[in-house]
Formats: sequence, structure tokens, C-alpha cells
Amino acid sequence: MLMKKGAEANLYLEPFARVLHRAGEGKVLVKHRISKRYRILEIDKQLRESRTALESKLFVDAKRAGVPTPLVYEVDRTDMCIVMEFIDGIQVKLVLDKLKPKARRKLCELIGRQVARLHRAGIVHGDLTTSNMILTREGKVYFVDFGLGEYNPSLEARGVDLHLLRRALQSIHFRITDEAYRAVLAGYKREFGEGANKVIKRVEEIERRGRYVPKEERAWH
Amino acid sequence: MLCLGIEGTAHTFGVGIVDSRGKVFANASKIYVPAKGGIHPREAAQFHAANARVVLDEALKAARVAIEDVDLLAFSAGPGLGPCLRTAATAARALASWLDVPIISVNHCIAHVEIGRLTERARDPVTLYVSGGNTQVIAFDAGRYRVFGETLDIPVGNCLDVFGREVGLPYPGGPTVERLAREGKRYIPLPYVVKGMDLSFSGLMTEAVRKHRAGADLHDLCYSLQETAFAALVEVTERAVAHTEKKEVMLTGGVAANKRLGEMLKLMAREHHAKFFVPQMELCADNGAMIAWTGILAYKHGLRQKLRETGVKQRWRTDQVDIPWRTG
Repeated sequence: MLMKKGAEANLYLEPFARVLHRAGEGKVLVKHRISKRYRILEIDKQLRESRTALESKLFVDAKRAGVPTPLVYEVDRTDMCIVMEFIDGIQVKLVLDKLKPKARRKLCELIGRQVARLHRAGIVHGDLTTSNMILTREGKVYFVDFGLGEYNPSLEARGVDLHLLRRALQSIHFRITDEAYRAVLAGYKREFGEGANKVIKRVEEIERRGRYVPKEERAWH
Repeated sequence: MLCLGIEGTAHTFGVGIVDSRGKVFANASKIYVPAKGGIHPREAAQFHAANARVVLDEALKAARVAIEDVDLLAFSAGPGLGPCLRTAATAARALASWLDVPIISVNHCIAHVEIGRLTERARDPVTLYVSGGNTQVIAFDAGRYRVFGETLDIPVGNCLDVFGREVGLPYPGGPTVERLAREGKRYIPLPYVVKGMDLSFSGLMTEAVRKHRAGADLHDLCYSLQETAFAALVEVTERAVAHTEKKEVMLTGGVAANKRLGEMLKLMAREHHAKFFVPQMELCADNGAMIAWTGILAYKHGLRQKLRETGVKQRWRTDQVDIPWRTG
């Protein structure tokens, strides 16, 4: 059953046994990277292949680093599919604005801690938006999409990663951007330990470089 | 109401005359072409100052109006190159005080979107705005134009132009790259960089230049450069379309002249059952009419400014501007 038509991939929710051809209960999620007609075959194939292979590896290594991710059951590099555990929960995107300030702060701190764990393990997520985070009933936050992730321990990559999260907060959660981002950074600092400030400083540098401006320069004045 | 809009953020000095119903009476411009190398901000500003009168007269003549008929002055206050912005602003302030009419600061990027909405009758598009100075994916949400993706380093038009210059192509590089790309056959792998919602083109440009120095065929290289850069642009635009679920896609800015980019974006839009728009080229490029029209929208919705509030803003962001003329 088609569950979601994303920009890059289609997500299907299927019975475990039917997809994996062995006994098992419940459902699995199949992420199928679809071919895009707008780009030439060479680029299309290269992107889908490398992203499928890399993403499945990142899921495993992120989990090892202490970040909840779906279990990967199978990787099909001919059809560009990843078969994985279905995480039952709600997108952080849908709840973040509605939470009480204290609960929101705790959630954002947890997100910040998990980003720090990824970074310490040499991983950058590459697409840290709140639609890629699933909050479960037990209060765990699963990072579910590593399609643009990579192994990159550089200050620059980590800076861009945090910067992207901030940008996502700005465009989707613009009413609470500042408090949410502050809480993310608090969690990040606590988990990352020494060196976190260097990353945060780099974020500011990236924002200046990308033609970002201070808040004071407001509209129409 | 007749608004005279002055554009002067970079190469182009433009004067447009538009009325409050959205009829474009004139859209005159002159473009600074550097003798060699890239744009020199001070020289561009001097070019604007020297040509301001000529372009103004040309616009008034084309519109068949007298300068006294103008009811409102609008100018591009940013983002852009400081010296150019200040020259356009000075012209606008001088005219507004001499005519004793109100003056409005207009954000250049938003003006690109608004003129497209006007002439193409697009209601609520996801806009890919690509030029030598800007690369942004823009969509409206909750009172403002939000940036759903942008370059982390150089704009895509700059990537093509600088590549062209480095490999010895005539100015401007973009159109020549497009022409040569049509004869390219073999894809040469180049770095494809999408970081979440954002893009990066500096590594791509450097690598393409390096491949040229290493002896790669120029046609193949132009083809590969375009295909790589444009695939990344379309991917980021597609993400914004999927995320916002909007049913319109618009392409604008100087690089909108590139047929291949338009074709790719159109294919993407079709897959999402979205309509696709490209304004006519003289309204995609930097122009005064878009500034005039956006000035009218702001004025009609109550914006008033004092002369001393008309300072230029080199880094004025698209998402910093309140948009009272749109709801939602």
C-alpha cells in the first residue's frame, strides 16, 4: 500500500511475510527510490544507487551510535529499495508547535543530543527537518530518513547539518524557531561535550556566508 | 495610479512604469558589461549613474507619459551590490522629493516573484529564482515569502559565467555554455551537491574547470555541468513542491532563459500535477517594471515610508519582508 509519495522516494507499507518471503508478523516499510525523468540516466542511476547503499549503512551506524533508527531488513540495489522496520508514531513536524513549552524544550534537547551522537560517530544527516523525525508513544525520537546523509567528520559538514535544522525550524516552525533552536543547541552541547562551541560558531559563519543577516535588519524600515 | 520603478541591484539599470491595475506601460533598461572579468561594483554604479537619465527618458517616452504624471516612486533597496543600490536609491529619492510623491523600498527577489504572478496569473507558485546573483526556492507561507532552498555559496548563474570565463568563452558565459551543451554527448561525472534544502555550486565549478584543464571535451563538459547543476536545482524545487503541496511552479531570473532548465522543471511540475510558468524573458531578467508593480502592491496595502527610511540593504532577505497584500 502506497503510504507516502515523497520528493525522492515512494514509501510502501506492506506485510512482512509478503515482502521478505519468510514467516513474520506485522508490517514493513519499503522505501523505493524512484527514477526521475527530468535528469539524465547517468545522474539518475548514480544518485539512486549511491543513496540507497549509503542510506542503509547510515541507518545501521546511527543506531550503533545510540540514535533510534528503523531496523534494515534488506537492501535491493537493482530496484533501489530498502526494506525496513515500520516506526509507529507521529512526525515531530506535526506536534512541535502544539506542545507545551516545557515538553517542547525537552523534545528539542533530545533532538539536539541525538544530532550530537551522530556527529560524534562521524555521521551527518544532511536533511535534519522535523518531518524526518518520528516521535513514538514511548517518547523516543526516530531519525527515519538518511537519504542525504554522509560520513563526514568535518566542522563544516557538522555546521551545515545544524544550520539546516535551524533553517527547517525557521521555515516550518517560525513561531517558535528561537526557543526550539536554543533547546537543540543545549542538548547538542551537553552530549557533544568539548568542541560543540566550535561547531556552533561555524553555523554562525555559514549563515553569514550564505547571505544571512541579523534580525535587526527588519522589513520595510 | 502610476508608479515608476527603478531597478539597480547589479548589472542592470532599469526603469519601469506600471499602473495600479498591473498594466506595464514601459520597461526600459541598460546593462553594464564589464570590459574584462566579472562585475566591478563601482564601475557598474558609475555606469548606472551615467545612464540613469537616458533610461528614464526612454521609459517615459515609451509610456507616453510626462514625469509629472507619476504618482509613486519605487526602487530596489536590496539585496545587491552596495554602490549599485545606492545609485538607484539616490535617483529614486531625488525624483520622489522633486515630484513630491511617496517612495517605497522594494525587495528585488520578491519583485521577481510578484511580476511573474501578475503577468502569468500564477496564484501561489513555488518559485525557482536563478540568476547571476541569486539562487533561491521561494514559496509563500503565513504572511511571508519563505526560502525553501538556496545556495550555500555561489549562485548558479555565477557558476556558469565563471566557468565560461575560466575556459575562455565569451561573456556572458551562461548562454554560450547552453549552446555548447547541445552538442555534448558524453556525461562526465561532476560533484552533485544538495544539502537538505540547500545547494552548493562552488565545488562543481572548480571541478569542471579542472576537468577542462585536464583535457576533457568542452562540449561534453558544458553538457555535464548544466545537467549536474540543473538536476540539483530541480531536486530542491521538487522537495519544496512536495513539502508545501502547492500546485504551481514558476521559473524566473536571468538563468530562466536556459531552455534545458525550463524543460527539466516542466517535467518535474507535470509529475506533481502542477502548472508551470515562465514569465517572458524581459520580465525574468532584472527590470524596473517588477519594482514598480511591487511598489504599487505595498503602497496599496498601507506601506508608507519617510525619505530617511529608504536606506539600502545589501543583504535584505526574502523572508524578512512582510507581505500584507497576500493572505494565508
